[in-house]
Amino acid sequence: MAGSYPQIKLYAVSTCSHCRALMEFLQQNRLPFEFVYVDELLGEERRDTIKKVKQVNKRCSFPTTVIGEAVVVGFKEDELKEVLGI
Amino acid sequence: MDAHELYGMLKDAQERQGYFFNRDDKHTFGILDGLLINKERYGYMACPCRLASGIRENDSDIICPCDYREEDVREFGSCYCTLYVSGEFNEGKLAKVVVPERRPPEKVSF
Repeated sequence: MAGSYPQIKLYAVSTCSHCRALMEFLQQNRLPFEFVYVDELLGEERRDTIKKVKQVNKRCSFPTTVIGEAVVVGFKEDELKEVLGI
Repeated sequence: MDAHELYGMLKDAQERQGYFFNRDDKHTFGILDGLLINKERYGYMACPCRLASGIRENDSDIICPCDYREEDVREFGSCYCTLYVSGEFNEGKLAKVVVPERRPPEKVSF
């Protein structure tokens, strides 16, 4: 079944409780995902990643979750469930 | 200092101003831990739910309590990271919403 979900990429901050809660939500629902703690990045990698986040979320707030073509800003459980079809 | 000591240090003073710690202890102590981590790595308690630049001058608006707390608690009953909430919020009288980021995007520096 894992193959049936779109790619999930989570941009997060390592000290953020909402980001942690969102990760727990994805893990509890056995959804494979990639994540990056933007606050732990340095130099060019940090700059490039922030640019990527700003492209999909101009506020550059966290968590920012990219699910296929969809973007969910914040830990909005209902919106995540709808986008993920769960 | 640990999160419990920080909690004890801040609670009364903040309540006198009308700001209460979120009664979801797991969440609250998670955020307080984040503040202590940021104090350690940056030298100041940058908001743990935002991306700090590490340059105090650039982050002055998000040093906890952030510049946006007052408006956020007034509008939503909670600050951006739901550390500080109103009495009504803790009494369950308000719908819990994800507080949108009020900080202007240009302030997020690389």
